[in-house]
Parts: sequence; structure tokens; C-alpha cells
Amino acid sequence: MSLTTAFFAIIRRDLLLAFRRRAELANPLLFFVMVVTLFPLAVGAQPNLLQAMAPGVIWVAALLAALLSLDNLFRSDFEDGSLEQLLLSPHSLSILVLGKILAHWLVTGLPLLLVAPLLALFLGLPQAAMGTLWLTLILATPMLSLIGAIGVALTVGLRRGGMILSLLVLPLYIPVLIFASNAVDRAASGLPVTAQLNILLAMLILALVLVPLPTSAALKMSVN
Amino acid sequence: MDNLHQPPLVVTNLSCQRDDRLLFSDLSFSLNHGEILLLEGSNGSGKTSLLRILCGFREADAGEIFWCGEAMADSRYFADMAYVGHADGSKKELTVLENLKFAQALKQVGRYSIEQALEKVQLSGYDDNLLQTLSAGQKRRLSLARLLITDNRLWILDEPFTSLDRQGIVLIESLMAEHVAQGGMVILTSHHDLSLPFNAIQRIHLDSCH
Repeated sequence: MSLTTAFFAIIRRDLLLAFRRRAELANPLLFFVMVVTLFPLAVGAQPNLLQAMAPGVIWVAALLAALLSLDNLFRSDFEDGSLEQLLLSPHSLSILVLGKILAHWLVTGLPLLLVAPLLALFLGLPQAAMGTLWLTLILATPMLSLIGAIGVALTVGLRRGGMILSLLVLPLYIPVLIFASNAVDRAASGLPVTAQLNILLAMLILALVLVPLPTSAALKMSVN
Repeated sequence: MDNLHQPPLVVTNLSCQRDDRLLFSDLSFSLNHGEILLLEGSNGSGKTSLLRILCGFREADAGEIFWCGEAMADSRYFADMAYVGHADGSKKELTVLENLKFAQALKQVGRYSIEQALEKVQLSGYDDNLLQTLSAGQKRRLSLARLLITDNRLWILDEPFTSLDRQGIVLIESLMAEHVAQGGMVILTSHHDLSLPFNAIQRIHLDSCH
């Protein structure tokens, strides 16, 4: 069948799998909610401090939640031989990999997008920054899945790849973290954020174009 | 398109090393339409490694593989072959039908419809069963169904008889016989001797390929 059919088939399959493994899926989201709700308890009743920290807290939690969910991206396919079958498809592996990453974002990034405004309200983030928080999440959470995919593809063949994965991926997440939380921070004090959003958009487009190729190469290496 | 006088699969001077141990070297063979190649050898003699090289998962240390006269990577090889390995390559959380539909989406639609293929491997009625509820032998049959629903000429089978009952073994042999009769090709490893009177079985004994 055509490449488009295969692309949508893989997205459909991964969404279906995510639905059948709901408990596993809820983990990163629960983690995200828990970290953000624990902060006010630890810091105590200091609304001004919480308000100032809100962008950073939400973004750090989102980033760690994404990291937590990454390992599922290729692990089960690698273990049950589905990855081998993907490699044997006459279709371009990069496009299939992009489908998998998109499905991963839909099940891990999108829920964060829906919960984050609620948590931001809870931390007392000013109304003015809410729109920007959303925009940064829309632009940057797909990037977390994309950048993470390279790391997972490289470490999926290792028995205990978790530690190496964090070491590989976290430094690459730092620019995303800086620009995204900075944008929310500035929006909270009423400053313009166009520059930050443009940079995030540029980074997202760059990642969309550059990630699939090395990821598929790394997967081929891991299967070897 | 392809010349019937020239075998589609030609392998020249292949060699493979693993952890400084030479598994095989200068291995050359060719496979023509309607032929079966049986790889034999003791455990660790490189049967699976050879199959993984033929699937493109592993690079050979030397030698080349040609498909229809072109180097493997530039040819239509991956559209023409299908592989069943040690791992099932199916998802245990999906149903039999969902697994087969996905397999079909990755390749081209083949000779049999999904229903026909399930009937052939004696799994009809299991369409909506989750894979994790099937036995190991039934999972293997599902992998075989994948060969039937996709369009391919070359089957690469790694130990296809594992965890199959006597009926299952007869089933694979008849599927292989049918595939070969229609001009297909099969490469397999097995400790089990093929009982069918195939007149075109090539055998390669890997222990002697140094």
C-alpha cells in the first residue's frame, strides 16, 4: 500500500496500543500533576514566590514527564520484533518513524497541554501569561518527543539504557526549556514574547526536518 | 522485467565475523525461482547471522548481495521479500485482525485476503482475539499468515518449525510447496529435516564454510 496509508496505519496502531495500555499511559501525566501540586506544599504559603516560579516549575515538570514517557517509544517494538518488520517495509523508515513520534506526542504531549493551564492557575500564574504558556507548550512538547526519539533509538538496544538516555537527551532539552520558560516569564510581566516564540517555532521546524533521518539510522544500528 | 535465465538472488563471497570469530567466509550461492535453500549447521554456526545479513539488519564483513541484477540496497528487494524471525513481530495488545491489517499496510497487498490466509493457517474464528490470548504455536501461525497476505517472492524463515505441532509442520511444508510451485523462493534454517520431496532443495552447511 502507499506511504500515506502506512503512515496513518502506524499512527492508528500506536494510538490503539496506547489506549489498550491506559495505565502505563497515565504515568507521565500523573507525574506531571504530582510534581506541580507538591511544589506549593513544600514552599509554603508564599503566593508571590509561587507565582514567580510558576513558569519554571511547569516547564521543568513537563520536561521530566516527557523524559519519563520516552522509553515506551520504541522499546516494545524492539522487544517483540515489530521494529524488524518496520525496517523491512519498502516504505521510507523516516516517514514511519515520524508517524510513531507523532502518535507519541498525541498520547503524551497533548494531555500535558490540556492539564497545564489548570495547574498554572493553581500556582497563580497571571492571566496574561496563560496564552503564552499554551503557545510554548504547543510548540515545544512536539520537540521533546522529536529530540527524545533520537536518544531512544540510540539506546533501545541497551539493556539498561535509561541513565544514558537521560544523559543524552537532557542537554538537548535545555534550549527548549530556556526559551519556553523565558517566554512565559516575560508574558507574566507583560513584556513581548515574539522573539522567543519565533525561535521555538524555528527549532520545531528544524527538528521535524532533521530528526527522522538520524532516528531511523540509529534504529537500524540498534537492530543490528 | 527480470530475466528468467538469471537467478534473482545472487550472493557472492559473503563473509561474517562475530567477536573476532569467523562464522563463514567466501560464501557464494544463488537462488532461482521455485527453489528452496535450507541452511544447516550446528548452534552458533552463523545461520541466523546469515539470515540477518540477507534481511539487511546486519552488514556483511565482505561480499555482496544482488537482487534481480542490482545491489540489494538499490533494488526492489524489500518490496519482494518477507521475513519471519525468532520474534513474532506482532503486538500482543492487538487482535489477530488488527495485527494483520497493519502488516498489510507496511507492504503490498498479496495473493490472499486476510480471511483466506487465516483459514489457511487454521486460525479462522480467532480474528478478534488479542494476541496475548493465543498460544506460542498459534502466534507462529499468525506470522505465517503474514507471509500470505503480503505480496512477496522471497520468504526468509528463521526456525519456522519452533513451537509448532505436527500438523503445523505439515502446514508450513505445504505452504512452502505452494509458494515454490508458483515461482516463489524460500530460504530457511531448521534442525528439522524437510520431509517433502522437494526436488529443488539447495543445502548449505555452514560449519564447512570457512
